[in-house]
Amino acid sequence: MGRFLLKRLFFGAIVLFGVITITFLLTRVIPSDPAARWVGPRATRQQIAQARIELGLDRPVYVQYTRYVSDLLRGDLGRSLRSRQPITDELVGFLPATLELVLLSTFFAVFAGIPLGVLSAKSKDKPVDHICRFFSVGAVSLPTFWVGMFLQLLFYGGLGWLPLGSRVSFETAIFYNIPNITGFIVFDSLITGNFYIAADALKHIILPGITLALYPIGLVARMTRSALLEILGEDYIASARSYAVPEAKVLWLYALKNSLGPTSTVLTLSVGYTLVNTFLVEAIFNWPGIGMYISSAVVTMDYPAIMGVTIFSTCAYVVLNLIADIIVALDPRVRV
Amino acid sequence: MNKMIVSKIRPVLKSHTGQWKLSFHLLWRNSLTRASLVTVIILVLLAVFAPLLATFPDHAGTATNPSAGLLAPSGTYLFGTDEQGRDIFSRVLFGTRISLGAAVISVGLALLIGIPLGAYAGAVGGWRDEVIMRVTDIFLSFPPLLLSIAIAALIGPSLQNAMLAIALSWWPWYTRLIRSQAISVKERQFVRAAQAAGAKPGWVIMRHIVPNCIAPVIVQASMDIGGVILTIASLSFLGLGAQAPSPEWGLMINTSRNYLLSAWWYSIFPGVAIFIAVLAFNLLGDGIREILDPKTRKL
Repeated sequence: MGRFLLKRLFFGAIVLFGVITITFLLTRVIPSDPAARWVGPRATRQQIAQARIELGLDRPVYVQYTRYVSDLLRGDLGRSLRSRQPITDELVGFLPATLELVLLSTFFAVFAGIPLGVLSAKSKDKPVDHICRFFSVGAVSLPTFWVGMFLQLLFYGGLGWLPLGSRVSFETAIFYNIPNITGFIVFDSLITGNFYIAADALKHIILPGITLALYPIGLVARMTRSALLEILGEDYIASARSYAVPEAKVLWLYALKNSLGPTSTVLTLSVGYTLVNTFLVEAIFNWPGIGMYISSAVVTMDYPAIMGVTIFSTCAYVVLNLIADIIVALDPRVRV
Repeated sequence: MNKMIVSKIRPVLKSHTGQWKLSFHLLWRNSLTRASLVTVIILVLLAVFAPLLATFPDHAGTATNPSAGLLAPSGTYLFGTDEQGRDIFSRVLFGTRISLGAAVISVGLALLIGIPLGAYAGAVGGWRDEVIMRVTDIFLSFPPLLLSIAIAALIGPSLQNAMLAIALSWWPWYTRLIRSQAISVKERQFVRAAQAAGAKPGWVIMRHIVPNCIAPVIVQASMDIGGVILTIASLSFLGLGAQAPSPEWGLMINTSRNYLLSAWWYSIFPGVAIFIAVLAFNLLGDGIREILDPKTRKL
């Protein structure tokens, strides 16, 4: 196990190094001149030349590369073209809002996806199974951004039950002092006893949370179903049944417990998908997270910011992959 | 002599066509798969005949009709009109062309990169194989969609660039698949025979190895079409794909955000179109996977 971990960590580090190299190469093939973009459209030729030296673009490529890598190792993602602020600082500011959404949608994925998969496996090839399967294929076929707009239309425009967007309502933002400990508004206001703010924030997070959760719910339900079907055919399930163990106990305890390996792998990987899907959802719900950050960077062609988010999210994804591998290796039936 | 060869070949051919018939029969038997196959065929027909079927064919382009802006669905405008008075039904129809065409081209480009690389890696083995596969691993460790977004943002927003960006982030899947096939095919006797007869390595790869391991890759590629349609729509929605006045579905939804609460039809119809297209391709892919996998194949 120890050797496996070391090997896997080493491989993860190599992959990260490769990712950094590819992003560096990508930024080198941009047709436009980063120095010209840095000083703006009305700069003189001299100013551009000056910026070129300041940004180190006059140096040989390998020098630029080593500088790029050493900056990244220190956690420096460069400066945004738009705000001139360090991208790392900006990302840290936007991160809690995104994490709050990702956590909530993962919660939905577990507590809706797994039961859906169990239900589907329990009544295989019956109408319930068909509905569950159709739902899980449907959930991965829906354009996330459109689902968000549809829910807004329904729950804000039609029914008027839930707010259109943002993390808290305008009045709350003005009249209340929103506590900031972890950056998760719902959590922070709960532990400081501000139940009004908590309720308001909860109302605001439901729609974007559900929108983001649809994809992982579908994925988890599909995986749970197929893993469970395989296990329900095992001998030990048959023997448990022959001992007249209640069917519910067989299904939800004996079978489900052993099918959680593949499900948790899918779940960890789907967190990576969700992180990228926030790019599409946050813009719609006016949710101030890294998704909104990258979509405004796309509009203003802020290359360093786009590459910063890319590197950050890819690192997160690589780490999640690593965790998924370790979870699989923890299963004593898997020899590594 | 000639007859002998023919008689040897014929049973092979027969069993081959028989297999296709059987596969088609299995596909057709599952009602969900059958429905998705029919939907895919209809979508292709709609894309091909869009100019004939559209009620206002010129509304797919630069034509505007300001006096009829944001009208609700009616007999004249089946899906209503957008802010410039263009018929949304006609635009969605032409959007089928763009989405299907762009998806096929993106996957085709990815295959063009992926197949030669994978076949080469599998056929030569050794350190070249190692290098190619490690690069593949690195490309696969970017979250899906993110690499496409980054590349599209860097090379500039347009539909062509979006297709290129998708191809550049999608090829590793095909490289991996064809490599695993090529490794087993290269040990087969006809490959050995060609090598012994003095055929050049490039010739052996293109003439003997690729044709014999391409089938699963083509199947995989057809299953990916749904996902690629969704990716193109997502890129366009972010402003990184098709540009106005293109009737691309994702772009239409992006523009419709400004009129979400006043004109529901504007955002609903292009979204439903994306959903139907992606769902049909995904269900068809599921069906194909099920009959190809001996575990789930029920005769």
